[in-house]
Amino acid sequence: MRRIVGTFLLLTACAQPQVSPAPSPEPAPAGGAAEKAAAKPGAPGAGALSVPEANPYPSTYTPFASRPTVIRNVNIFTAAGPLVRNGAIYLRDGKVVQVGQAVNAPADAVVIDGGGRYVTPGIIDDHSHLGVYPAPGGQALSDGNEATNPETAHVWAEHSVWPQDPQFPRNLAGGVTTLQVLPGSANLFGGRSAVLKVVPSRTVQGMKFPDAPYGLKMACGENPKRVYQSRGPATRMGNVAGFRAAWIKAEQYRRKWDKWNEEKKDDPPTRDLAMETLAEVLRGNILVHNHCYRADEMAQMIDVANEFGYKIRSFHHGVEAYKVADLMAKNDISGSLWADWGGFKMEAIDGVIGNLALVHAAGARAIVHSDDPSGAQRLNQEAAKALAAGRRLGITLSEEDVIKWITINPAWALGLDDRIGSLEPGKNADVVLWSANPFSVYARAEKVWVDGALLYDRLDPNEQWRTDFELGFVPAQRVMPVQPTRTGGHD
Amino acid sequence: MAPRGTLASAIVALGVLAVGSAPVAAQTIAITGGKVYPVSGAPIENGTVLIRDGKIVAVGASVAVPADAQRVDATGKVVTPGFINGLTQVGVVEVSAVSDTRDAFARGTNSVAAAFRVVDGLNPRSVMIPPAREGGITTVAVVPAGGLVAGQAALVDLVDGPAERMIVRSPLAMVAQVGDAGQAGTGARGELVGKLRVLLEDARAFRQNRRAYDAGATRQLSASRADLEALVQVLDGSIPMLFFADRASDIRTVLALGTEFGFRPMIAGGAEAWMVADELARARVPVLTGAMNNIPSSFAALGTRQENAALLRAAGVPVVLVGNGAGDPVTFNVSNLRYEAGNAVAYGMSWDDALRAVTATPAEVFGVAERVGTLAAGKDANVVIWSGDPFEFTSRAEHVFVRGVEASGPTRQEELMRRYRTLPPAYGGAPRGP
Repeated sequence: MRRIVGTFLLLTACAQPQVSPAPSPEPAPAGGAAEKAAAKPGAPGAGALSVPEANPYPSTYTPFASRPTVIRNVNIFTAAGPLVRNGAIYLRDGKVVQVGQAVNAPADAVVIDGGGRYVTPGIIDDHSHLGVYPAPGGQALSDGNEATNPETAHVWAEHSVWPQDPQFPRNLAGGVTTLQVLPGSANLFGGRSAVLKVVPSRTVQGMKFPDAPYGLKMACGENPKRVYQSRGPATRMGNVAGFRAAWIKAEQYRRKWDKWNEEKKDDPPTRDLAMETLAEVLRGNILVHNHCYRADEMAQMIDVANEFGYKIRSFHHGVEAYKVADLMAKNDISGSLWADWGGFKMEAIDGVIGNLALVHAAGARAIVHSDDPSGAQRLNQEAAKALAAGRRLGITLSEEDVIKWITINPAWALGLDDRIGSLEPGKNADVVLWSANPFSVYARAEKVWVDGALLYDRLDPNEQWRTDFELGFVPAQRVMPVQPTRTGGHD
Repeated sequence: MAPRGTLASAIVALGVLAVGSAPVAAQTIAITGGKVYPVSGAPIENGTVLIRDGKIVAVGASVAVPADAQRVDATGKVVTPGFINGLTQVGVVEVSAVSDTRDAFARGTNSVAAAFRVVDGLNPRSVMIPPAREGGITTVAVVPAGGLVAGQAALVDLVDGPAERMIVRSPLAMVAQVGDAGQAGTGARGELVGKLRVLLEDARAFRQNRRAYDAGATRQLSASRADLEALVQVLDGSIPMLFFADRASDIRTVLALGTEFGFRPMIAGGAEAWMVADELARARVPVLTGAMNNIPSSFAALGTRQENAALLRAAGVPVVLVGNGAGDPVTFNVSNLRYEAGNAVAYGMSWDDALRAVTATPAEVFGVAERVGTLAAGKDANVVIWSGDPFEFTSRAEHVFVRGVEASGPTRQEELMRRYRTLPPAYGGAPRGP
């Protein structure tokens, strides 16, 4: 979260902690504990409790009403293949039915002529604090960091989310259809993430992505040691010792519960919320999202993961990821990164504009994340910056490669790449129609569909979701007629 | 590493650096073939910009190029004035979380630091400077923050130091804020305004009777002599007073104070300025704002919207585009100003107006239009050659001239990327390690 110093210096997100990633389904490469722990992935979303099948806070989301829709005369970045030029896409019952040069749509379908504009999958931000650090800021709504103890694996971000945060509709207007809301990065273990659809709802349950795996936020480096300076950890070695001590307990807890679940003998062991979460990581059911800036610390976190047999799904922020991109590729760890943030604290001073491209070039999954309610609305622009930087470094990159950094790659980081992140038959119909090529600074999201339902239309005031908070407080803003594409003196 | 850094070798190294960065004297440069945007006039296809001894000597379609001129071919490129970022902390904040690299926030007395000149702490060797220049920024305002009255801003060209050589204008503006009562050492907006009014009245009393003040024959005034003396510049109209203000009513407060005390106000931030655009236009009060924020992040900024700049411009307000989005637009990412301009276009501003808002308009509102902000004979040769549309991600600043000297040499980021382009890296001298 940002914090204002003086009147205009913005300390970015990382003045406060963040976290991310999760383990991949493959068995950990290390032997011993790793093999044992990664035995077999459990069913995602089963509540991840010690008692299997329990799911006490289920999603109540159901897709909004939709009509069969065809968007034709558009260029489609599918994130699953080459750009479909001058093609069409057919959505029905919340799913993508067909993508191609032409589609077979029934006569009752709504047909939208895209006029040569661009279509992408819904954008996915795997590092958001919407709802837990809402606007307007201030203590009353600041619910992202349970900064009372360095180990708070027991808290769940969903229990902090304010569905009336006016940042949600703004993110939707930026084309974002799925986001992972993470606890902050004050703590070694920040808590469970909430994977949300960006949709209006009275409750967070109504926004929860059905059956999405949970994530666990972990944070290394400056934040935990700064926040807990007086009680510890006060050093990086204290951080690592804290991680290890917790995993030792978690491993024991997992064994105890797995044994009891198998035998169902005597009373069940006492439940421990923090240990339930960590044990689910060890079982491969919760994905680890690890806030970590420095290359040397990422290498150490990989060792910690191998020692205890869990996997890191994504390093978040990772401004030095380019220094260990080979290690990330080898361990199948993605990098959830900014295009160009850096410099604001010592562990961020080596941030480089080529980070995403260098991580991609090394064979690891590159992801553009935001950690910011404004940045999230322009993940396409951030990707465009990183694309240009990569090409300047001589890295071969296509727009088709780079669209993945904000769609299918974050979908993978969330364990949802079988449902979202690309436009292929059978996938959820999360779709954005852009006013121009989304890698242009002049492009804006014009229409956004979530599960086939049109939830945002820039030119239709009836399709502008306003949160409860905005009523009365925030002036209704008429849509300004703007040029759909680049205009003005330069051609 | 072996301790081989003897004093002698250090001196030699410094000497080489100094020679390498010395201003190149008496050089004639002709930028030819590009599409030239003088901003002070219509674009010129296949135009020439002629530079001599750090100044622009001619701009046009048929400029004779002297035989001894160094030619820079800009065919197919775009040539603009160097961009001016009107709201930065370049050179006074290096690593914002490290307190001893922060020199933008004075302690002041009772939340007043009018005498604080931010430029006195400017570090010409800041690593923020080369990347800013690489992004086509040739001039920045260095702006203090904090308290009620934060101090005096300066405008500097991103030439090599020392600091006094970089200065284009200092003091540039007196910086203050309305809207955050706590930071002003007060408990309510009205109290903040009252405190400001007393301060300005005291500066007025001081100006009218310095001799009595020095003799101790005046009533007690609310600020130090140095602070009052600094504020006299505002009352005299020799510098404007730049207020951070977001809420529409706060902006109106600034306008009223300006009328009452006869100073020239400017607004920075101005989240809700669009709501009072007509009043700002009538008073000809410039607004420094961006186009990349629509978050109602505080109760003072509930009306934040990305169309702010376009609506202000349409109403006739002088608009200076500055960073207001994410990612440290005042230090590490000062060069992202061009994307702020691109987004302003996406949110309703014309392309020409957006270009003006990062070149000529800041020069005009800061009173330095005779030096920077346009391409015309007699101006400092702050010139950028872009590979394409300066606001687009695919374009880059291929040549950046500041006072006629082309910026060169890798930035710190470029050195890091070069080192880690192939893994494992080489650390200079040593074989590649793990």
